[in-house]
Amino acid sequence: MTMKLLTTNTSSNASASAFTSSIDSTYKVYVFKFYDINAATDGVQFTFQGSTDGGSNYNTAITSTYFASYHYEGDSDADMGYDGGQDLAQGTGYQPLCNDVGNDADQSEAGVLYIFAPSSTTFAKNFIVKSNQCGAGDYTQEQFAAGYFNTTSAINAVNFKMSSGNFDGTIKMYGVA
Amino acid sequence: MPLGANKAAIMGVAGVSKADVVLLATNNITSAVSASAFTSGITSTYGEYIFKFYGMHPATDDVYFEFNVSIDGGSNYNVTKTTTFFQGQNAESGSEGGVAYKNGDDLAQGTGYVRLATNLGNDADQQCAGELHLFNPASTTFVKHFYSRAVTPHSANYANDAFIGGYANTTSAVNAISFQMSSGNIDVGKIKMWGVK
Repeated sequence: MTMKLLTTNTSSNASASAFTSSIDSTYKVYVFKFYDINAATDGVQFTFQGSTDGGSNYNTAITSTYFASYHYEGDSDADMGYDGGQDLAQGTGYQPLCNDVGNDADQSEAGVLYIFAPSSTTFAKNFIVKSNQCGAGDYTQEQFAAGYFNTTSAINAVNFKMSSGNFDGTIKMYGVA
Repeated sequence: MPLGANKAAIMGVAGVSKADVVLLATNNITSAVSASAFTSGITSTYGEYIFKFYGMHPATDDVYFEFNVSIDGGSNYNVTKTTTFFQGQNAESGSEGGVAYKNGDDLAQGTGYVRLATNLGNDADQQCAGELHLFNPASTTFVKHFYSRAVTPHSANYANDAFIGGYANTTSAVNAISFQMSSGNIDVGKIKMWGVK
C-alpha cells in the first residue's frame, strides 16, 4: 500500500478551497492534510463538506461526533470533553475541523481528514478528523471529529472553508491504494 | 470506523516509504542512551514529519517518555510550548478504567520537555509505543503544531493510552528534536522519522 500525493491547494485570502477532481474509485482512502491554516476572522470554525455532484452543491447529510481537549497559554483552564455545538445530526451544513480559531499573524491550524471509500454507491462514507489549533483566546486545542456522509451516492468533491471570512493555508489530498 | 488495515499506509510505517511518505532516519537504540535526537533532515522539504517510536524501554521505573524541539540545530532544546494531555487507562485487574484530562502532564508556555507517555514501567516485558506528528516545522510565520498518541504499560501494571496536542510557540524554524526519559536512560528502543510530501 502506498500513499500518493494527488493535489495541493495553496490558498491566499481565499473564501474556500475545493477538490473537485480525482476523488473516485481509484483509491480506497482519501487523506487531506492541512497546515498553516490562518483565518482572516477571529473566533471562527474551519470546516468541510462533501458533494455528490462534482462540487455544484455541498450539502450532504452528515451525522458526526466531536470532542476536544484544550489548555490556555496562561494555564487558567484546561479540560477535555464532548462539544455538542460542533457535531451534526443529519445536518447538511459544514462539519467543523477546528472551532474558535485565532487570527493572530502567528496563529494557525493543522491536522488531517480521512474519507473512506467515497465512491461507494452501497454504503455511507465514513470520515475521521484529528487536528490541533491556536484558539482565539490564546490556547491550544486538539480536536477529534468523526462521522459519515449519510448517502449511498458517491462523494466526488470536497470543500474547505471558514464559517465566516477568508483564509490562507495549504491543503494536500492523498490517495491510499 | 477504525483505521484498521489502512493505518499502515496512512500513517507511514516501515515498509511504506514509497511514493510520498519517505523514511528519513532511524535511531535504533540497542544500548542505554540519555537521549535520542534527530538533528538533520528537518527542513522545508516536507510539510509534515511523523515520528514512530516503539520498544521504548526505560532504565528507570515510573518515568515519563518525552520530547522537546530546537531552533538551533540541537544546541538547545527549550522552545516555548503550550500543550494538552488526556489519557485513557485500565488496570490489568480490570479496575480504574476511564478517561480524563491530566493537568499535571501538560505545559502552559513551558520550555521543558513534552510528556508523550507517563509512568512507564521498566519490567523486562514493558515498553512504550506510539507516534508523533509535527506540522511544517520550517515555517517562519506560524507556530508549529504537533499531536501524539502513545500506549504504555504503567509501572503499576495497567494500560495507558495518552493523547497530547499543542504547539511550539515560535516563529523560528524548528530544525531538531530530541527524545528522552524524564529520569535515567532509554534502555532500548527504536524511533523512525518520516517525511510526508
